[in-house]
Amino acid sequence: MSEITPDLVRHLASLSRILVTDEEVEKLAGELGVIVDAVAEVNKAVSGDVVPTSHPIPMSNVFREDEVRPSLSQQEALSGAPDSADGKFRVAAILDED
Amino acid sequence: MAKDQLMPYEQAIEQFEVVIGLEVHVELNTKSKMFCGCANEFGSEPNTNVCPTCIGLPGSLPAVNKKAVESSIAIGLALGCQIAPTGRFARKNYFYPDLAKNFQTSQYDEPIAFDGKVDIELEDGEKFEVLIERAHMEEDAGKLTHVGGATGRIQGAEYSLVDYNRAGVPLVEIVTKPVFGAGAKAPELAAAYVRAIRDMVKAMNVSDARMERGNVRCDANVSLRPRGQEKLGTRTETKNVNSIRSVENAVRYEIQRQAHILAGGGSITQETRHWHEDRGHTSAGRPKSDADDYRYFPEPDLVPVVPAAEWIEEIRATLPENPALRRKRLQGDWGFSDLEFRDVLNADLLDQVEATVAAGAQPQAARKWWTGELSRLANAQDVSPDELAITPAQVARIQQLIDSGDLTDRLARDVVAGVLAGEGEPEEVIEKRGLKVVTDEGALVAAIDAALAQQPDVLEKIREGKVQAAGAVIGAVMKAMGGQADAARVRELILERAN
Amino acid sequence: MSELVFKPASELAQLIAKKEVSSLEVTTAFFDRSEKLNEKTFSYLHLDRDKALAAAKQADAELAAGNVSSPLHGVPIAMKDVLTTKDAPSTAGSKILQGWIPPYDSTVVRKIREAAMPILGKTNMDEFAMGSSTEFSAYGPSKNPWDLTRIPGGSGGGSSSAVAGFLAPLATGSDTGGSIRYPAAVTGSVGAKPTYGAVSRYGVIALASSLDQIGPVSNTVLDSALLQDVIAGYDPMDSTSIPTSLGSMAEAVRRADFKGLKVGVVKQLSSDGFQAGIKELFDDTIAKLVAQGVEVVEVDCPSFEYAIAAYYLILPAEASSNLARYDSVRFGMRVEPEGNPTIERVMAATREAGFGPEVKRRIILGTYALSSGYYDAYYGSAQKVRTLIQQDLDKAFSQVDVLLTPTAPTTAFKLGEKLDDPLAMYLNDIATIPANLAGIPGMSVPNGLAKEDGLPSGVQSLAPAMQDAQMYRVGALIEQLYVAQWGAPLIAQAPNLEVANG
Ligand SMILES: [Mg+2]
Ligand SMILES: [Zn+2]
Repeated sequence: MSEITPDLVRHLASLSRILVTDEEVEKLAGELGVIVDAVAEVNKAVSGDVVPTSHPIPMSNVFREDEVRPSLSQQEALSGAPDSADGKFRVAAILDED
Repeated sequence: MAKDQLMPYEQAIEQFEVVIGLEVHVELNTKSKMFCGCANEFGSEPNTNVCPTCIGLPGSLPAVNKKAVESSIAIGLALGCQIAPTGRFARKNYFYPDLAKNFQTSQYDEPIAFDGKVDIELEDGEKFEVLIERAHMEEDAGKLTHVGGATGRIQGAEYSLVDYNRAGVPLVEIVTKPVFGAGAKAPELAAAYVRAIRDMVKAMNVSDARMERGNVRCDANVSLRPRGQEKLGTRTETKNVNSIRSVENAVRYEIQRQAHILAGGGSITQETRHWHEDRGHTSAGRPKSDADDYRYFPEPDLVPVVPAAEWIEEIRATLPENPALRRKRLQGDWGFSDLEFRDVLNADLLDQVEATVAAGAQPQAARKWWTGELSRLANAQDVSPDELAITPAQVARIQQLIDSGDLTDRLARDVVAGVLAGEGEPEEVIEKRGLKVVTDEGALVAAIDAALAQQPDVLEKIREGKVQAAGAVIGAVMKAMGGQADAARVRELILERAN
Repeated sequence: MSELVFKPASELAQLIAKKEVSSLEVTTAFFDRSEKLNEKTFSYLHLDRDKALAAAKQADAELAAGNVSSPLHGVPIAMKDVLTTKDAPSTAGSKILQGWIPPYDSTVVRKIREAAMPILGKTNMDEFAMGSSTEFSAYGPSKNPWDLTRIPGGSGGGSSSAVAGFLAPLATGSDTGGSIRYPAAVTGSVGAKPTYGAVSRYGVIALASSLDQIGPVSNTVLDSALLQDVIAGYDPMDSTSIPTSLGSMAEAVRRADFKGLKVGVVKQLSSDGFQAGIKELFDDTIAKLVAQGVEVVEVDCPSFEYAIAAYYLILPAEASSNLARYDSVRFGMRVEPEGNPTIERVMAATREAGFGPEVKRRIILGTYALSSGYYDAYYGSAQKVRTLIQQDLDKAFSQVDVLLTPTAPTTAFKLGEKLDDPLAMYLNDIATIPANLAGIPGMSVPNGLAKEDGLPSGVQSLAPAMQDAQMYRVGALIEQLYVAQWGAPLIAQAPNLEVANG
C-alpha cells in the first residue's frame, strides 16, 4: 500500500510552491500512490555496490576561462518580467504584515 | 519587538559551556561570474551584469569558471584542507525571489576541500586551533531591496525589488567544525577567526575581502550546554554578520540571550537570527518551513571537477605565506616590540615596511618613516600611506642618505616632499632643490665665527662647563646655512673652539 | 497545392542549390499548406509568414551571391516550441510561458539560422515535454495526419504531424524518453535522438537535464542525417556538450552497406506487450535483414525491466528542480491572489494556474523522490539502475553493431483514450527510455502499417554512445529495403489531408 497520504501531498505541494485544493490533494494522493508503488521497484534492482550514474556520458573538468562576455541590456533583462520598477524586478512583499 | 532578556556575561560563562561554529562566505574577485560570462562587478546599474543564465531564463545553462575553481582550491590549500579527488556541484532547492532558478548551484556531499585547520592567536597570546569541516564552491544570490513600510526593512514592506547583478558571483563557503573550549573568549575567538580568513583571502588576492561590501560574510552558530553535559545544546545561526566587531558582539549577545532562556528552564528554538549592529541585538529570522529539506541532488547540467595532482601542486606553489605565520616571522626578524608591531598592523603598513626593509633600510627606521612622517602626510592628503606617490625603495634610499650623513632629518623631509611633488628620484630632488648637507669645513667655520661674534659670552660659558650653551650658536649656524649643515659636526667644531 | 511540399528535404535542397526553385517558392508552398491545414492537425502553435519569407529571401540572396551556408541552404524547417527563439514566443506548450519572447536564441536555432534555413514556426508539444500524445499541451492536442482522431505521439506531436502532414519538410524535436522517436513511429516518419551531448541543450527549455537531447524529425533517413549535421557540434555554452565531432551522418547514410553488419534483438523488448501487428512488422524487418546476410543475435538486457521505473523517478526529480524557476518574478505568467498576498502566495497561485495537471503531478512526484529520507530509495536507486542499464548495453554492444526494437508497443491510440491513466501513458515509452538513461543514440524508421488498424509502425535502431553514424547506417539500410518494396517512403501512403475529416 502506498505511503502517499493527503498530508504528504500537501507538504510536497507546499515545498514545490503549488497551491492545491483539498479535492486536488485527494486526487493526487491516489494517482501518485499508484505511480510510486510502480516505481518503487528500483529498490529491488540495485545493491549497495553499484555506483550511481548522474551523467550518461562520463566527462569531467569542463571549464570556461574567466572572461567577461556581453550581458543583456537592462531592458532585455526586464523584457519578460510581469512587473518592474527602477530597473529591477518587482515582486510582492516577502513577509506577511504582522 | 520584545527586547530579549540577557544573563550577565560572566554568569553565563560560569554556568554554560559555549560551542560555536562559523560559516564564512568569501566572494571571489574573478573577472566573470561563477557560471556565466557576466562581469563580477560591484556597483553597476541594476540588472546590467545579467544574462539568461544568471537570471535563470528557461533554456539557459551554467558553465564553470576555471579561475573560480582554482581560487577555491587555493583557499582549501591555505586552510590546510585535503582537495577532493572528485568534486561535484549539487542543486540546493528552495524558493526565494533573489535566487533566480529557485535553486542554488552549490556543493553538497562532494565539496572541493575538506578537513583543514587554522591556528588562531588571540591578542593575549592564547592559541586556538579551529578545525575546518569543508570549503565548497557556490554562487551568490541577487540583492533584494524592500520598499514602503516604515523602516525599509523586510518587515512591513509593501513590495520588494530584485537586482540580479550579484546573482552568480562565485562564493567559497568555509565551514568550521564545532569549536569547543574557548569559554569566555568564544566571541573574541570568533572575531579573530573571521579576521584570519579575511586576511588570508586578501593576501592570496582571491577576494577583495571588503567586509563592508559583503565580500566576506559570516554566519555564526552558537549553542550552550550546561557544564559537564555531553550532548550539544540546540543552536541558533546568526546570519550575515558583516564586520569583525559584529561577529564578536553577536556571539556574545547570543550567549547571554540563550543563557537567560536556559537558566529559566526554557528551551532554545533552532532558527536563523539576524544581527542588528545598530541596535546591538539579534532577532529571529523568518521561520523557514523549507529549511529542513533542500532536496540536494547532483547538478545534471555540470560534470564533476576532478583536479589532477599536478594542477593542485601548481596552485599550491602560488600560495603566499600564511598571514599569521608571516606576521610572527616579521616581528621576530625586525625585533619590534608588541606595541611597535601592532602600530604597523593597525595602520595596515606591513607590506610597506617589509618592502622598505627589503630595499635596504633598517627595520626601525623603516617603521618610523611609515608610521610617522608618511602617515602624517597621507592623513593630510586624505589617502592611505600606501597610496602616497613614494615607493618603499625611495624611502629606503632617503634613509640611506641620512645614515651616510648626506642628509639631515630635516633635509630628508624636504626630499620626501619633493618626491611626492613629482620632482623625481631622491637624488634629483636633492640636486634640484640644492638640499645636500654642507661638508665644506671652511664655510662652517666662517658661519660659526660669525655666530660667536654675535654671542661672545658663549665660549666662556662652555669653558665653565655649561656645554648646553652651544645650542644657541648651533641654531644660528644652522639658520645661516639654510639647514643644510650637519648639526653634530657644527657642535663638535664649537666645542673645539672653546678648548 | 504545390507538389514541392511532398518532396524530401534533400531534394528540395538540391533544387534550391541548382536554382531550379527558390527558397522563397519552397517556403511559400509550405506556408500556403500550413495555413490551410494547421487547423486540422494543429501542428503549429505559432506561424510567422513574414519572418519566414524574409529569411527565405535572404537565403536566395546569399545563394545568388555564391554563398552556400549548408547542405540544407534555403530549406524551411519547423521548430519545436521547446527551443528559445528571440523573435517568436517560446512556450514549451505551457500556459505559464504564454507570449514569452526570450531575449536570446537557443544554440540550435542559431545554427539553423546560420545554415540559411527559414523557420516556419513553433510546433505544438506536451507541456514542458511531459507526455506521449500532445494532449497535455496547454493549447490543445495535435492530430495524427494518418487519422485525425488519433494522437500524433508526444511530446513532439506538433513536429511529427507537421512533417508527416507535409506542413514542413523538416522539424526539430526534443527526446527525453522517446519524444522524437515515439511520434515518428506513430506518424510513419523518421526521428532520431543523437547521443546525449551531441547537440547543444543551450536554449532548450529543460525537462530533465540528464536525459534531454535535441534531434531531427523528417520523412527520410537522409533528411534526418542532413539536419543532424547542421545542428550537432560542440557548444561551450553547454557543459555536457561532447567536445569531439561524431562525423557526418549524411555520409554514413550515403555509404550505408550490409557488409559485416551484426544486429542484436533485445530479449526484453521483443515479445510481451507489443501489439500483434507491430510484432509482425518487426519480425518482417528482421527477416529482410537476414535475407541480406545480416547476422542477427538475441541479447539479454535484464535491467531494462527497471528502466521505466528509474525514468519516472529521475525525470520528475530533475523536472521539479528545473521547473522551479517558473515563479512569476523574471518572466512568464503572474497570478495575484486576492488581498495583499506575499510573494510566496503569488508564486503558489501562479504555478497552480500556469501548470497543467501532468506537470503538477510530476513536480510533486519529483519533489517526493528527492526529499530527505526518500532520496536513497528513489532518486539514488534510479541512478544506480542507469549504471546497470549501461552495463547491459556495453555487454550487448560487444557482440553487435546495433540493437533493433519496435519503437512503440502500439500504433497511435485515440485522443482521450489514456488521458486518465498516467501509468498506461508512461508505458508507451518502454522501448525508447533505455537510450535516454544510457545516453546512447536511437532512431525510429517506418517499417509498415499494422494489419489491425492500418496505422504506421516504426523500428528503432540503437547504437553505442557516439556511434550515431552506425545508427544512421542501419536506419538507411532498413529504409532502402522498404522503399524497394513500396516504391517510395511509407509516408507516400498517407491519406490526403486536404480531404480528411477529424
Ligand atoms: Mg551555502
Ligand atoms: Zn550572467
